[in-house]
Amino acid sequence: MKVGLFSLFNRVGAWVLLLFLVTPALIAIPVSLTPKRFLSMPSGELSLRHFQKLFTSEEWLSSFFQSGVIAISTSVLATTLGTLCAIGLWRVSSKYSELVRAFLLLPLIIPQIISAMAFYRLWIPLGLLDSYVGLILAHTILAAPMVLITVSASLATFDPKLEQASKNLGASNWTTMRMVILPSIKPGVFAGALFAFILSWDEIVVTLFISKFSVYTLPRRMWNGIRENTDPTVAAAAVVLIAITFIAFVIFAIQSRRNASNNAT
Amino acid sequence: MHALRKHIHPGWLIIAPLLVLVVALYLGPILNILWLSVTDPEPGFGNYAKLGESDALLRILWTTVRICIITTMFSVTLGYSIAYAMVHCHQRQKNYMLTLLLVSFWISILVRTFSWLMLLGRKGLVNVTLEDIGLIAEPIAFMRNEFGVLIGMIHYMIPYAVLPLLVSMQALDKRVMDASSNLGATGAQTFWRIYLPLTTPGLVASTLLVFILSLGFYVTPAVLGGGKVLMVAEYISVQLLVTLKWGTAAMLAALMLFGVLAMLWIMSRFMKLSTVFGGAAR
Repeated sequence: MKVGLFSLFNRVGAWVLLLFLVTPALIAIPVSLTPKRFLSMPSGELSLRHFQKLFTSEEWLSSFFQSGVIAISTSVLATTLGTLCAIGLWRVSSKYSELVRAFLLLPLIIPQIISAMAFYRLWIPLGLLDSYVGLILAHTILAAPMVLITVSASLATFDPKLEQASKNLGASNWTTMRMVILPSIKPGVFAGALFAFILSWDEIVVTLFISKFSVYTLPRRMWNGIRENTDPTVAAAAVVLIAITFIAFVIFAIQSRRNASNNAT
Repeated sequence: MHALRKHIHPGWLIIAPLLVLVVALYLGPILNILWLSVTDPEPGFGNYAKLGESDALLRILWTTVRICIITTMFSVTLGYSIAYAMVHCHQRQKNYMLTLLLVSFWISILVRTFSWLMLLGRKGLVNVTLEDIGLIAEPIAFMRNEFGVLIGMIHYMIPYAVLPLLVSMQALDKRVMDASSNLGATGAQTFWRIYLPLTTPGLVASTLLVFILSLGFYVTPAVLGGGKVLMVAEYISVQLLVTLKWGTAAMLAALMLFGVLAMLWIMSRFMKLSTVFGGAAR
């Protein structure tokens, strides 16, 4: 196809926009290297003192730890429930199961503030406010739809005849699931687990409502830092988060490339 | 038991754990909130009547809707341009573009909000640079106003706008466009008369998705608005955490919820919802 002047112009514009999407986040890097004690751009001299503070401060370290525990638990729980549910919906495939699927996707699209309200409302009588269990359950409900989507996408390309063949050869339902279905939907399960982890690791709105003192996740601490807007340790934390995002992205990209080449051969 | 098993597909057994969890811990309290909106502090539609009485509430609703509309317009227009460029370039370039898009998608909302704070503040990089090169004498107020909120929100929403558009553009049959130009239409005519109408489902999905996500947005307005731009989400949080008025908050949440469900229903008539979310998750 011939590229017209307009298309060319649009393409340049699109590149500028895409760079605009990514570059602003990078400002955290110079700010985190400032030698001063307040948020500022470094002029001349650079210092790693804020990183040092980040990695020696008990508060920040405990937040990293708590976020890690909550995100990993959420990821395991959401992936297990979401994968089972996706397989179930795929096997039932009726009018009702499609309704249930639509319903289960709701937590993803209902505004976070409403979800936060709902959990807050219920967690008060259940005594789950400000607890690991409370946060993990809430995050699991928000993250499971992600897993449902990615696993369902994998199942859509799975040949049902394989399941039939396995059963004809005498395998039980459980063996078929473990030996035939799960291996073929591994990419979807993996992607779902990663998304669930990130969702929980990053979640702030619900966390603001249902945590207070004893559970203080990383986003919660960053939120405070941003609101106070003085301590450059927040910038150092932001840089660490960007680095983690970047690493997760690379893992994800390598994994999906491997899957793509496996499918090709 | 055996008779029951015949009627109920065994697949439901493994659907049940998640379904029960979501119904009990999510649907339950949401219905409770809807109930609260007509019972707290007293039964009746008093909370809804406040909409007619209180100017402050109306102002908040209007601010929210206005900001959402502007955000949606910009995000979808800019997203359309990105999606168009991505579909119409070589595979390699497209992969690079997709990488940038997904990276921005994955960067934490808090990190992004923090960055805007550093860029747009009174002593932010933008103001300092403009002052250094002598373009301005006084720092410009980019933040603590609607402008700051809009920048932050549009920046966050663009990737969400692109993905449904991308899905819809990729599904187009290119031969239709070739046919149009073979029949003598100019590029502009082909675009306005053929291409744009054919991508309507994607446009509708993308518009509604961005609008829905903007409606309940909390982080960016709260930080970049700096208390000057009060939107519904922040107002709800103040009602619950500071003044402890569940009734008003529940009423606003109910309005938002019905709005979102109505928009989802419209969206489902244009595009399969799982496609929209599927695109968003990938």
